[in-house]
Amino acid sequence: MTALTILLVLVLLLVVFGLLFRLQIFTSIFSGSFTRDIGVSNSVNAILMMVFLVVGGAWFAYSFVENFNKMNPPIASVHGHKMETMFWTTMAVIGVAFAITQILLFWYAYKYQHKDGRRAYFFAHNNKIEVIWTIIPAIVMASLIFAGWKAWTRITGPAPKNSVVVEVMGKQFNWLVRYPGRDMKLGVINYRMIDAVNEWGFDLSDKSAQDDFTTNEIHVPKGVPVLIKIRSRDVLHAVYMPHFRVQMYAVPGMPTRFWFTPTTTTDEMRAKLGNPKFNYELACNQLCGGSHFAMKATVIVDEPDDYQNWYAAQQSFTQKNPDVMAAFKQKAKTMVTPVAAAPEVEAAPMPLAASN
Amino acid sequence: MSDLTPKPNFSASVQAAGGVGSAPVPATEHGDHLHHDDHEHDHHDQHWLWKYVFSQDHKVIAKQFLITGMFWAILGGTLSSLFRLQLGWPEGTMEWLKPVLGHWIEAGKLNPEFYLALVTMHGTIMVFFVLTAGLSGTFSNFLIPLQVGARDMASGFMNMLSYWFFFLSSIIMFSSLFIETGPAAAGWTIYPPLSALPQAIPGSGAGMTLWLVSMVFFIVSQLLGGVNYVTTVINLRTRGMSMSKLPLTIWAFFLTAILGILSFPVLFSAALLLVFDRSFGTSFFLSDIYIAGQALSNQGGSPVLFQHLFWFLGHPEVYIVIMPAMGMVSEVLATNARKPIFGYRAMIGSLIGISLLSFVVWAHHMFVTGMNPFLGSVFMFLTLIIAVPSGVKVFNWLATLWRGNIRFTAAMLFAIGFVSLFISGGLTGIILGNATLDIQMHNTYFVVAHFHLVMGSSAFFGLFAGVYHWFPKMFGRMMDEKLGYIHFWLTFVGVYLVFMPMHYVGIAGFPRRYYAWTGFDAFSQFADLNKFISIAAIIAFLGQFIFIFNFFYSIFRGRRATMNPWNSTTLEWTTPIVPGHGNWPGEIPAVYRWPYDYSKPGSEVDFIPQNVPYSQTQSSNLPYEQELAD
Repeated sequence: MTALTILLVLVLLLVVFGLLFRLQIFTSIFSGSFTRDIGVSNSVNAILMMVFLVVGGAWFAYSFVENFNKMNPPIASVHGHKMETMFWTTMAVIGVAFAITQILLFWYAYKYQHKDGRRAYFFAHNNKIEVIWTIIPAIVMASLIFAGWKAWTRITGPAPKNSVVVEVMGKQFNWLVRYPGRDMKLGVINYRMIDAVNEWGFDLSDKSAQDDFTTNEIHVPKGVPVLIKIRSRDVLHAVYMPHFRVQMYAVPGMPTRFWFTPTTTTDEMRAKLGNPKFNYELACNQLCGGSHFAMKATVIVDEPDDYQNWYAAQQSFTQKNPDVMAAFKQKAKTMVTPVAAAPEVEAAPMPLAASN
Repeated sequence: MSDLTPKPNFSASVQAAGGVGSAPVPATEHGDHLHHDDHEHDHHDQHWLWKYVFSQDHKVIAKQFLITGMFWAILGGTLSSLFRLQLGWPEGTMEWLKPVLGHWIEAGKLNPEFYLALVTMHGTIMVFFVLTAGLSGTFSNFLIPLQVGARDMASGFMNMLSYWFFFLSSIIMFSSLFIETGPAAAGWTIYPPLSALPQAIPGSGAGMTLWLVSMVFFIVSQLLGGVNYVTTVINLRTRGMSMSKLPLTIWAFFLTAILGILSFPVLFSAALLLVFDRSFGTSFFLSDIYIAGQALSNQGGSPVLFQHLFWFLGHPEVYIVIMPAMGMVSEVLATNARKPIFGYRAMIGSLIGISLLSFVVWAHHMFVTGMNPFLGSVFMFLTLIIAVPSGVKVFNWLATLWRGNIRFTAAMLFAIGFVSLFISGGLTGIILGNATLDIQMHNTYFVVAHFHLVMGSSAFFGLFAGVYHWFPKMFGRMMDEKLGYIHFWLTFVGVYLVFMPMHYVGIAGFPRRYYAWTGFDAFSQFADLNKFISIAAIIAFLGQFIFIFNFFYSIFRGRRATMNPWNSTTLEWTTPIVPGHGNWPGEIPAVYRWPYDYSKPGSEVDFIPQNVPYSQTQSSNLPYEQELAD
């Protein structure tokens, strides 16, 4: 309500400006052809430049500090902490450049405002200065590029051999999650086999698909590398887990991946934040349709032992859906040609859990 | 009509021949002849249609682009106010908008799919229809012939077609707002498969078809315009106007046109392939899709391929938007600081550097699409290098202000505002261009804040600077300065209040294109800030009506302008107050010096126009200039 009031007041102010303008026009309308005199308005604008610099700078500094905690949600992955350092280091570098250039800009605007009788300094070029302000930024950029490149190579490099594997598949508008089951192999899936029950399109003629299990939440162990394999079955989505500094698109027809090592369990983070309801979240971050904004999943980081227990307690897809398995066996018996032949070709992008 | 049309070209080509140094006199005769001819036609009732509507005069076409662009800007701004209402007050009722939005308001709430349509159309309108056609279309058209000293564009007919293709494109895009299933809603980047499948979102039905058809006409318009600009700059410069004497505006328009010619056809091909996928069952961008209870037969396509094609245009496009603004700002800063632009050659060099680099950085929009990480490294390297020429430009602008004698015209204020916004927005590009940091920042409000400052608001500020500065030459009257000041300060403060806090939201990881964030713990802490941003945005938008009022009022009732109200050096100010068809009534002036002889020591006046020979300025000539005079 207050906001609306403010809005109304400002609209009224605009109207007042408009009326003032009319008056001003009426008083000056007969003054004939335009000649521009550099009068009071010039120094008013020059002063406003300084006011903007000081007040604007103070407001920016204040609001930045005020919001600093909000803009730093907790981080819970190994590379996330390093990225955070790099982020704020880069922010500091650009902050210095920002401050210097903005201060000079408004200061010059104020200081070199028009004065009668003074003449601008005819200073057309100076190659030495040009070279200096080409080379210094180039050196700074080179060091940023080098740091960024090293971290990027490490983060996007192959996942460690002992990684835990979980696969997520985006669909309008939720995330499907599956684990490889006891054989530690993700089974073959085929989008043509998708239906209301078999949301993943498990190809049950592949033995390793029979023990895969699906869940609603993503569970991962603390302190162990986690390899997230990513698919989409309809449009583009993106796996975005801001607390872990993880983001990768889910692309139909092209499996992608991202690995990271969680550092803090959900319980630890709840205690740390004093928020018993806290959860790590997975958000969709590539526009995927009307309910894009509501497409999320919960990520739970467990102690490794808890994770093992949880893992062992899960029922596979075929155990949960015995009728699907029965139907498959029935079909396999009656069919002359084995179903397995064709989908085998598509097994290529579905490697062992540990391999990369 | 038929006997009128070829003449500007004819006289222009004679004048070009004169430019080589052979015969300036015939140019004069033809110029005069043309002028009289034109005059007679003015009195002929039948021809108003050809004079004001299907005109081939570059100045009329420029105004057509400008006014169409203003229409689009108001519409684009209105759309943004609508979705800012939604973001600021996610729980509030929108029932009062039902008379306007009809079935897109359901039970007092904005339909989420329509929210996406608003975002999509806002982006499309602002990037293409306002900041490409409205900015570059207006000022390339208006200034190129006037500043290089030509009677008109190389081909007036193609120039006219350029506008009317744009007009057709506008009509189609506008009509898509009113269809049952709504306009395109897959984001202005129209990534397939979302944009390819009507099952995925209703906007990808007829709305997307109209979007694609409209863009095809738009691209045709851009190419017709671009070819004309390049040809005119290369061939129709007046005597003495070597490339190293061109104002920086012309260099910027010239390079912008080249970027457009080289990159828009790639968008055309992407659009064409998307049309094939949508309508003819091909699989360029589609593969392994199960949607709406049905497995599609498309296999082997790659959505990432579309992104490569799109951004091969899309990235140069942001420079197509910003470079004309850079050129005009350089001009306005030098004129009103009464100082030569600092480092003229470095400014040209950095424009060329930016133009070249702009073609090899497109994949920085795609670091986390699953593209090979090695490619990411290469594009990170190339992207961050762009900071160097951009930095050179900023330092040169600052050095131009240093020890100047600054007049704060409305145009000057907007030029200074441009530099400030360009710095603020450009620096965060260093974060986003870093592939490692982009993992977290990609598609968040940090990106939204970054590009709205560096290419959105900055380009708008360049546009405003241009309008305030060249309005006297366009309409023969002055815009009101006081209103210009109010407009500037309201907009400048407003833009910062909107986009600075947006960075905070983005750093926290708030995703863009979210209808509401209330479902996520991580993002729900910014309710107040979102409200604040919305209020600031709506006020800043309303402030633009001061400009609209000032503009139209001044066309009819503004104070009468003089020939050269800003004491500027470039050629357009040597024309009559309102130049007629053919621009100069007599001979086209020859050019003897560079465009930035402001406050030259030894000269009595503080500016020496480009058409004043060195022989007349003995007292102020530099040694090498004196040699030319002797």
